[in-house]
This record gives sequence, structure tokens and C-alpha cells, in this order.
Amino acid sequence: MASTTMTDEARYEELDRYIADLPDHKGSLIQVLHVAQDLFGYLPQDVQMHVARKLALPAAKVYGVVTFYSFFNTEPRGTYTVSVCLGTACFVRGSEEILKEFEKQLKVKSDQTTPDNLFTLTTIRCVGACGLAPVVMVNDRVYGRVTAKDVASIIDDCMAKGGSENG
Amino acid sequence: MVNLTINGSALVVPDGSTILEAAKRVGIHIPTLCHLDLHEMRMVNQVASCRVCMVEVENRRGLVPACSTTVTEGMVVKTDTIRALKARRIVVELLLSDHPSDCLICERNRNCDLQSLAADLGIREVKFKGAMSTYKRDDSSFSLVRNPDKCILCRRCETMCGEVQTVGVYSAVDRGFMTTIGTAFDLPMKDTACTFCGQCVSVCPTGALTEVDNTRKVLDVLNRPGKVVIAQTAPAIRVALGEEFGMEPGTRVTGKMVSALRRIGFDYVMDTDFAADLTIIEEASEFVHRLQHGGTLPILTSCCPAWVKFFEHNFPDLLDIPSTCKSPHEMFGAVAKTYLATKLGVDPKNLVIVSIMPCLAKKYEAARPELSGEGEQNVDYVLSTRELGRMIRESGMDFANLPEEEFDNPMGQSSGAAAIFGTTGGVIEAALRTAYEWLTGNRLENVEFAQLRGMEGIREATVRINDLDVKIAIAHGLGNARKLLEKIQRGDATYHAIEIMACPGGCIGGGGQPYHHGDIEILKKRAAAIYSEDRAKTIRRSHENQDVMRLYGEFLGTPYGEKAHELLHTSYTKREKV
Repeated sequence: MASTTMTDEARYEELDRYIADLPDHKGSLIQVLHVAQDLFGYLPQDVQMHVARKLALPAAKVYGVVTFYSFFNTEPRGTYTVSVCLGTACFVRGSEEILKEFEKQLKVKSDQTTPDNLFTLTTIRCVGACGLAPVVMVNDRVYGRVTAKDVASIIDDCMAKGGSENG
Repeated sequence: MVNLTINGSALVVPDGSTILEAAKRVGIHIPTLCHLDLHEMRMVNQVASCRVCMVEVENRRGLVPACSTTVTEGMVVKTDTIRALKARRIVVELLLSDHPSDCLICERNRNCDLQSLAADLGIREVKFKGAMSTYKRDDSSFSLVRNPDKCILCRRCETMCGEVQTVGVYSAVDRGFMTTIGTAFDLPMKDTACTFCGQCVSVCPTGALTEVDNTRKVLDVLNRPGKVVIAQTAPAIRVALGEEFGMEPGTRVTGKMVSALRRIGFDYVMDTDFAADLTIIEEASEFVHRLQHGGTLPILTSCCPAWVKFFEHNFPDLLDIPSTCKSPHEMFGAVAKTYLATKLGVDPKNLVIVSIMPCLAKKYEAARPELSGEGEQNVDYVLSTRELGRMIRESGMDFANLPEEEFDNPMGQSSGAAAIFGTTGGVIEAALRTAYEWLTGNRLENVEFAQLRGMEGIREATVRINDLDVKIAIAHGLGNARKLLEKIQRGDATYHAIEIMACPGGCIGGGGQPYHHGDIEILKKRAAAIYSEDRAKTIRRSHENQDVMRLYGEFLGTPYGEKAHELLHTSYTKREKV
């Protein structure tokens, strides 16, 4: 997640340092985009342009990669990204209901962010923890065997921590 | 070498050959769609994304794509089994299930690889019904239109733009069913670093990329009372237009083309070749001036608008090296709306200049703000060779049997030097014919500089003028141009003059020419026709064009002088690289 204390200027500086230290620019686009997303929290057009210029790649190429991989976001994310797994195992154990419950309680649809920028709701396909199905991830934390009833407490957990999470 | 069998015939092919190449050697046709091998342009599109060329290989479980599977020793290939035929049919039906079926009104009707394939495979119904992709059409530019609904994701445009031209405007965007070939951040084409060379249009197999069609506008203005409409034709049109009417590539149709334009209703049919001679007088003067006054060298030609836009985006630090000469058709426009208007007694506001060009970038160029005088564009409309072909067909003319007619004066006469502008190496050869004679005071015995000719992407030559070895470089294709420019940027190039044309082959291979469908031999035939046009001329040096010299005497004054600067020279703009 983006460091909330850094200025954009400092983020660009750190990104440039990372790029400068790369042994070879060729083939390093995805790596660089990961670092950029860690720094900025998402990949707005300006950041993509910056990466394109630094790596001497056409901007279209960078945009193509960013839009191809679902891991990359072009919109800012909330402090907490709630990812409901819709992989086969979770799906058959009712994760669609869990997603609906989150949508109801957070008053957003999947792939949207709450107006207070606290929550982004999204879906994923299998996190490799099918034994815990259905699974919900909040940032890097995994909740297993979730039921619709647990949704409120998961949200409350986050609310209690407020916007200070830096995960 | 590798031994294999295709459909029962044994053959030996070089290592590394694909099944497709091997089959071709024994006359077996395997249908393809995404595949495009333009070897001499160093472009091979081998993404194997369409799966139309699937064939059976003994002892392999699945079918394999012939275009990207290399042969192995003892391989047994069958291209015409029921399994292969069925697979191919399903692939094409699936493509058609997400493709608009408006062939009747499509720009590529009768000229579409997908349509031909569907016809060849005898497809009469599309069994698959499902979601259809719908995207916004991009007609933001003056040159080309993108219609992603008709895109089959073959990525030929992406390969051409990225690898041959090194412009990189296109990329696959998004994934799965949502995949499109798009621009960075979905920007409209006009806001990208696109040079509008139109090579993507030249290689697009369907109607996903087409030119901006100006035929309706031209037809309108031809029928507007009070307007005097003048056509001018680029050197590369007369050696390619015949192909639109089934004539052999390389057929010269100059006289028939003039006839056809007159019958379409143009008041005067004049020649961009006249202006090419004018360009040489200006460009050779500029070259001699730079040479004698310690000016910036090398001088780079500036006739090609795609090349101009390319260096504005990619080499903004080198804006002082290209010649400041406008391109020939723009010079024609500027002179027509002043000198010619007076001669004809027509108010310049009622004079309409229509350029027939092998090029899509010329459409964009005509709208560049600095190429206007008195609020009027130097050139009002640009039509491609293909658009002219359509207008001739629409009017119902029997092109092959039209009489041969002559261009109108006083801007219709031209030298052989002007004729060769249409092929790679031609502009610099034309300039040398004049610069050499001016600098040495001697008449060239042989005006043909064989060392400047050919199809190599980058060519170099040295020509002795007085006591100076003049070093010349020629590049065609923007990727080759980039290599030359980077050499100059690094400071390890000592050329005096460089010719650059954006399209492989030069204007004969322009983005507005009849579709070559991957057959590069066609470009060579057009080039040969250009050189025979030159040899057929009585005058072969631009400075011997009497009508051009009269233009200076009566109106422009001295070459490279004040009036010439005002009308015939231009400036360049630094642009962002997106």
C-alpha cells in the first residue's frame, strides 16, 4: 500500500532510484510497475507515462500491460481492499452471498471505493487457501470460513483501526 | 536441411522453416489471416493468434498452427484432412460471430482478407451466437479511422507500428473478450505520437483501420458553382492507380489518370511533379547554401509529412537539421493560390486544390496550421490513390480504355528528376542532379545514380563534387530513420545529406496506395515503373524545367530568396512523445 506520509515528489525519486539500480531495463516493466504501485497505491496516467519515459518504452506498451494484469489498478484504492474470493471452492460454499452482503453494508458495488476512501470492494479468483473456503482477504489478511454474518465484524475490525492501517 | 512429408509429397527444406513456408514450396496453399511476412521490410507478424492455418501433424495430439510451427526431421504433415478443415471452419465462424456483417457497406468490401477467407471456406452461416464487441470508432484524426468492432486482434498493425516504424502507438489493451488493440490511455489518435504514415492501414486485413474518406467532400466542391477546382497528382499515383482496375502492377497510367480526373470534373489537372522540381530548386539551393556558409549538416529531406511528425515527436532536439522546404504538394498549393490564381484570374478564395496522394499523412499535413496562407489552407483536400480509384469506378468510366491526355499548364510540366520522388532514394538523386551541376558547373553525363537506388532499408553513398566527398544516406521505414537519427545524435555520423521516407519503399508503398496484401514484389514493380517514367522524359533535371524557371522569373524572384521563403518554406514544432 502507498505510504501515506510520502509526497509525490519523494515517491518519484524513490521510483527513479529503483529504476536506476536495475541491472537491465529490458524486461523489467512489470517489476517496475509493482514498485510504482506500492509507492503510489495505484497507477495513474502520469505514473505510467513516467515509467514509459524512464524505461524508453512506448506509453501504449505500458498501458497494455497495466490493463492486462488485474493486480494493477488505475484508480485509487481505499485504505482497506476487501477481496471476496469467487474461485470455484469459495463460490460453491456461498461466497457470492458474502459479496452481496459486503455490497449491502458498504453501499458500493464490486470494484468501487467508498466515498470516505476507507474501503475498496473487489473480487479475486482463488488465493490458494481452498481449505478455508469461503475466503475473504482484507489487504494482506486472510479471513477463512466466512459467513454473511461475519461481514459486519470484519468491517468493524477495520473501522476500529480507522485510516491508520499501513499494510 | 530437414526432410518432411506434406500431403504425401516428400520435400527437403532449410532448417528453421515453418510448415507454412515448406507447404508454399510445393504449391500447397494453407489459408492464413493474422500471419503476414513482409520479409524485406523486416516485418514478420507471427503471433499465431487467429488459428486459421491449423494443420495435422502425425503423432501430435492437437492440431498445430502452420505459420509458427517449425519443421522437424521426418515430420508428416497433412493440411487437408477433415479434422483440419473442420477446425479452420470453426475458427472462422467464431471470428465472424464477433464481427459486424455489414460487408456490403464496409470500406474494405471486396478487398478484405476475412471476407475472402469466409468466401474461400464457403461459410454460409454462423452457428455461434454470443456477445458482440462494441467500441467507439476513432475518427479524431484527419488521416485514419479506427473501428475496433472490425478488429480480429491479428496485431499486424501493432507489429508494423512498433517494430517496423518504431512508433509504438498501438498495444493490446485489457484482456480476454475485452481485449482491443488500442492506444495509450485510450487517447484519440490525434493526441498520440502517430505519424499517420498509414502503414497500419496497409496491413490491416479487415475494415478495422481505414483512411478518412474525402471523396464526398470533393464531389461536393466539384459541383459547387463558382469554384475552380484543381487536381494535382503525386509521382507515385501514376504507377499504382492501374492496380485498382486489375492492371498489372507497375503499369504506367499517367495519361489515363489525367483523362479520368478531367472526366470526374476537375477544371484543371496539374502535376505535383511540377512542384517536385520546384522543391529540388529550393532544397538544392538550401543544401548549397548550408555547404558554402557553414550551415548545419546533414540536411534532411522534408517531403514526407509522416517523417516530419516523427522527428518532431522523437528528435525535438534536432529540429534545425531538416530542410525547411515544404513538401511538393504544399508548395504547389501555395503557388497555385497566389501565382496561378492571378494567371487564371480567379479569386484565391474560389480556387480549390485537391491533392491525389499515395499517402494518408498528407491528409493530416494539409490541415497543419502553418501550412495556410491568408487564412486559407495551401491544399484543401487530399485523396488517396484508393479513393481516386473509387471515384473513377463510381463514375462508371472504363479506365483501361480511356484516352491518354496531357497535364494542364503552367503547372503541369516536369522533369524525370521529379518523377523519381515517388521511390526511396529518388528525392536525393533528384537533388544531386541539380546540386552537382550547380556546384561543378559541369553537365552530368549520366544523370542516373545507381548507388542511391535499391530497397535496402539504409543505404549510404559517396559522391565526389569538386574536391568534396559528399556523403549521402538514405533510409526508408521509420525504424531505419530512427537508427540514422540516433547515429547523428551520438555524433558518430558525418553525412552531408540524408533522404528519409516513412513508408517502406518510399511513396510507392504509401499508406494510401492500392493494398498489396503482403506481396512486396508489387512495390518493386512500382519502383521500376517510376524509373522508366524518368527515362521517358526529355528533361531529367529539375533546373531545366522551363515552367519552374518562368515561375521564378515572373513571380518568386531568386531561389531560396525572400518570396520563396514566405511561400515555399515552413517551420517545425516540438511535440510530446506519447
